[in-house]
Amino acid sequence: MKVVAAMSGGVDSAVAAARAVEAGHDVTGVHLALSRNPASYRSGARGCCTIEDSNDARRAADVIGIPFYVWDLSDRFHEDVVEDFMDEYAAGRTPNPCLRCNEKIKFAAVLDRALALGFDAVATGHYAQLRTGADGLIEMHRAADHAKDQSYVLGVLDQQQLRHSLFPLGDTDKPAVRREAEARGLLVADKPDSHDICFVADGDNAGWLREKLGDRAPNHGGDIVDATTGETVGSHTGTYGFTIGQRRGLRLGVPAADGKPRFVLDIEPVSGTVTVGPRERLAVDHVSGIRPRWCGTVPDRVEGTVQLRAHGAEHRAVVLVAGDRVEIDLLDPAEGIAPGQAAVIYDGTRVVGSATIASTRSVDGAA
Amino acid sequence: MNQPLVYLDHAATTPMLPVAVEAMTRQLTGVGNASSLHASGRGARRVVEESRETIARVIGARPGDVVFTSGGTESDNLALKGIFWARRAEDPRRTRILATAVEHHAVLDPLHWLAESDGAEVELLPVSSEGVLDLDALRDSIARDPASVALVSVMWANNEVGSLQPIADVVAIAAEHQVPVHTDAVQALGQVPVDFAASGVDALTFTGHKVGGPYGVGALVVRRDLAVSALVHGGGQERDIRSGTLDVPAIASLAAAVEESVKHQHEHAVRVAALRDDLVRRVIEVVPDAHLHGAPAGPLRLPGNAHIGFPGCEGDSLLMLLDARGIECSTGSACSAGVPQPSHVLLAMGCDPDQARHSLRFSLGHTTTPADIDAVVEAIGPVVERARAARAR
Repeated sequence: MKVVAAMSGGVDSAVAAARAVEAGHDVTGVHLALSRNPASYRSGARGCCTIEDSNDARRAADVIGIPFYVWDLSDRFHEDVVEDFMDEYAAGRTPNPCLRCNEKIKFAAVLDRALALGFDAVATGHYAQLRTGADGLIEMHRAADHAKDQSYVLGVLDQQQLRHSLFPLGDTDKPAVRREAEARGLLVADKPDSHDICFVADGDNAGWLREKLGDRAPNHGGDIVDATTGETVGSHTGTYGFTIGQRRGLRLGVPAADGKPRFVLDIEPVSGTVTVGPRERLAVDHVSGIRPRWCGTVPDRVEGTVQLRAHGAEHRAVVLVAGDRVEIDLLDPAEGIAPGQAAVIYDGTRVVGSATIASTRSVDGAA
Repeated sequence: MNQPLVYLDHAATTPMLPVAVEAMTRQLTGVGNASSLHASGRGARRVVEESRETIARVIGARPGDVVFTSGGTESDNLALKGIFWARRAEDPRRTRILATAVEHHAVLDPLHWLAESDGAEVELLPVSSEGVLDLDALRDSIARDPASVALVSVMWANNEVGSLQPIADVVAIAAEHQVPVHTDAVQALGQVPVDFAASGVDALTFTGHKVGGPYGVGALVVRRDLAVSALVHGGGQERDIRSGTLDVPAIASLAAAVEESVKHQHEHAVRVAALRDDLVRRVIEVVPDAHLHGAPAGPLRLPGNAHIGFPGCEGDSLLMLLDARGIECSTGSACSAGVPQPSHVLLAMGCDPDQARHSLRFSLGHTTTPADIDAVVEAIGPVVERARAARAR
């Protein structure tokens, strides 16, 4: 096959590209330029999208012996990922831009362009496994290395996208990938893993949102209210600085009566009120999802598990699907579930699909 | 790869001429710092001075006008900063530098730096839809306040679209006000007739690797009586305005390449222009809405330049698809981290950003054969079709 290997400049995508070559594919390395101003993205060895990362990707392609190009997708990325990220926070939700990028950029804009240019597939360094099921459909499973598994952020891919995807690292653990990079002479072998959000330069989400949202922010401050007493216990400088389940950085002036830590329970962007309360009230046993994406056949009902945030735990669940609505009963209650995040639905290790969390219901009955 | 490479990016760099390789390798085995006083040093110095004389003779300069540098970018920086600083030191009113909007980045970026960091007032003058300087704009700009103009810099030929600039008119207009003129002739030397003295310019940039010489060596030809401030300080080797141990093998090779390419300039231009015209005509036969950017083929355009717009395509898709077929060309635009930006040259010529991204520059040179043209004509139809499909997504 003719394969585009998306190369971020990191160790995973470099080894994935090398493995695609070894599997006999005709591979072309492509680095995605996602920032309109590369200097503003995370610098050094931490993320993707900087000029250094582009150079690292180029050198890896040289070592592997494949052609290399940079594709400028900065406009699409800004429109589909960065703008969406800001809108979601402005609306009091907590988006996952990595999922969005996979859905709209890596396995959409890039894949479409690659197919049009005569390629057959896109290979990435994601940790997930593809198998052909008994029904002939491509199934996506969790990676062999559960600690590195990235099937959660790929849960938005549909059958068409999966048919044109390659994840050559799915059967390998990360230390082995690093050893392999070293053995192959790839200089990125010891480059640190990327974390956080690539376009938020210093990891200061709230500061970035404050600067970028400007007048689009629903508020630049408001009260923090204790759910138990109804008392105002502090103030804040913008609801977009909070996420459900957050404990740190609340700077509450009034200690809780029971002396226990308080957590963000609710964010109300219109009034600007952030509600806090004890940990017990974070527990939810029902999640409603919208915008479902299915990897294969659309199910009516799934008895399996769901994962409700990146690197989060699996919860046993019963999932009922009705058109664009997905209702999830959690047999194991979950804590700190934020609207805007994805609920990815699994049957064993197989990804069934995903939905965007619209609302949750607390164990104690509150919506 | 088993297919022969079709190299059509000679404006980026062109293969070294055999005489230049021979001149260089002959000197590589010798020893001698051209500034040393012993026999080996004198030998090295002799090679440098003979090279200087050869270059002066074939480009119509005096040997003392030729200042060796590391190439085009350094020569442009030396001319712009060095002449600006010296002229302003003579008269503090001289704060303006005039140039065209289509200069190479080796001119534009020093000018931006002078404007941002050193108080220069830089005016980038408009060009026609063919990329040729608007002489009335130059005339008006100087006349507005002649005493404030430190320098005029106008390239001899544009590196992207190949249009020649009206250097004789620029010199005549500047001379009325005793304003010196610098020209970046990197693309012109060896392609069109270039005579330093006859042109009347005060300073001229050229570089080795565009005329069949080595990388990393070039010269600023600058009239001896024009003051130039130094950029690189040290041993003062080149007229005290450029320091650094002279690269004897590179200079010998540069002289051989300049001599050879200027000697054969006319027959080279006739041969290459015919191939270029054939390429353009046959590409447009295959892709009817393709069109040549810049001056029409003829005496006002570089003979080897075919800058072609392909509506509905991204230049970088075309480039990648041709590269995969062993055909090497350029989108002609500057890159940052390999990201193609819309060309400032095409934007200045009035193209919109889409048009500025849909082009390819094929630049022909001394190794180009009719078979190279056939290969492009054969590939271009399916490649454009593919690139259009990718663009439509």
